[in-house]
Amino acid sequence: MEQATEAPLKKTPLNARHRASGARMVAFGGWDMPVEYSGIVAEHLAVRTRAGLFDVSHMGQIEIAGKDAVAAVQRISSNDASKLAVGQAQYSGLLTGQGTFIDDLLVYRLAPAHFLLVVNASHIPKDYAWIAEQIKPAGDAVAVDASSRYALLALQGPAALDVLQPLTGVELAGMKYYWFANGEVASVRATISRTGYTGEDGFEIFVPPQSADRVWQAILESGKAADVIPAGLGARDTLRLEAAMRLHGNDIDETTTVLEADLSWIVGWKKDDFIGAAALREQKANGVTRKIVGFEVLDRGIARQGYDAYVGGAKVGVVTSGTQTPFLKKAIGMAYLPAEHTAAGTEFDVDIRGRRTRARVVPMPFYKRPK
Amino acid sequence: MASYPAGYKYTKDHEWLELSGDRGKVGITDYAQQQLGDVVYVELPELGAKLKQGQSFGTIESVKAVSELYAPVSGEVVEVNAALKDKPEIVNADPHGSWMIVVKLTNAGESDGLLDASRYQDLVK
Repeated sequence: MEQATEAPLKKTPLNARHRASGARMVAFGGWDMPVEYSGIVAEHLAVRTRAGLFDVSHMGQIEIAGKDAVAAVQRISSNDASKLAVGQAQYSGLLTGQGTFIDDLLVYRLAPAHFLLVVNASHIPKDYAWIAEQIKPAGDAVAVDASSRYALLALQGPAALDVLQPLTGVELAGMKYYWFANGEVASVRATISRTGYTGEDGFEIFVPPQSADRVWQAILESGKAADVIPAGLGARDTLRLEAAMRLHGNDIDETTTVLEADLSWIVGWKKDDFIGAAALREQKANGVTRKIVGFEVLDRGIARQGYDAYVGGAKVGVVTSGTQTPFLKKAIGMAYLPAEHTAAGTEFDVDIRGRRTRARVVPMPFYKRPK
Repeated sequence: MASYPAGYKYTKDHEWLELSGDRGKVGITDYAQQQLGDVVYVELPELGAKLKQGQSFGTIESVKAVSELYAPVSGEVVEVNAALKDKPEIVNADPHGSWMIVVKLTNAGESDGLLDASRYQDLVK
């Protein structure tokens, strides 16, 4: 089935652990990553009902520091970093001048003039080169690709807090969503962030690479009674899709603007200027001609990435993500459609390998965790 | 370690064939279901469909991927396993018992070219 690629794949510090645990490994964005351990469905349900532990050390970390770090981040990131307190994070876009996505990212404010950007694994060199060049006019600020200094674990699910708390002195219950704190996990220096990519409560834990395996083992040991299991990128994808979180390379890329992706909330509209601002302000004034929608497949079949969408026999759009969701047990996805066909309840067809299949626009997210 | 029934024939595309006279049951191997992961749909041909060896006779879809199903031998589809429509996950649980179609062979000699269990096991080792 899959053929080995020529270029050697990069490995996270947990690679040997994944292989020893019997994970199925795949090439993902140039990395040798676990796609599943016990199966996508079992891992997905574990995260929705208990907790799952992910290795996401392939993600990139770029730090920006210096007297003018705020101005530098404000220029390259679409969201308003001046609103961040130290210890707080926000989702944002790294945009082209056209307001489209070079990448999406999380921006952490480590100190008043020190930021950590977490970017997608396959884009680290491209993002870093872009950022280093584009922050030059901002003044005294420097960008460093710090990816090799961090391993990143994600513990996600309703049991995450109870599993992690015994391992750390950081008081987790008081940590708000999208805030973070420094401390120790299993006696390892760590930054703990109440964030994730699953639509579930949980934490992302930055640790030094040489200590990643120790923390991984400690979390699984602490989670044994709650039946916490390791989870792979397969479940990460189905979970994030249920939660309607966009995936760069699928739902957003350099051809789709922030407004078309329905992510207006990650734009700091009141900021002076940032890359892509003019294009987005113009598009906001004029309105978008196409927009992302969430949909459910009404007939049998999964509408997958790249499948064409039709209205009345005419090709009008394309599916950007699609799967059969293990928790909701139906085929869902995201697609770009002309603005006039994006109201909830609108029906359209997807060409599933030559067969026209009915689908219906539904509000996103598909899944929202109980409070 | 999966065990592959000694009485079956196997293709390099990971289908199995259980011959009985001029008829053969067709399914996918344990290796194939492991590669696919959780199966959610199996699309099978109509009764009476005429298949050529190596031709696609349907698709099998898991959460993460969709794969073609290939006819191990030429022939006419004389039975289709309707149970797979509602319970596709039995392919994961019992791959070598979950037949998909029964083919009435039009060229019995074709099955001689398929792999036996030990050679198939070498292929997926």
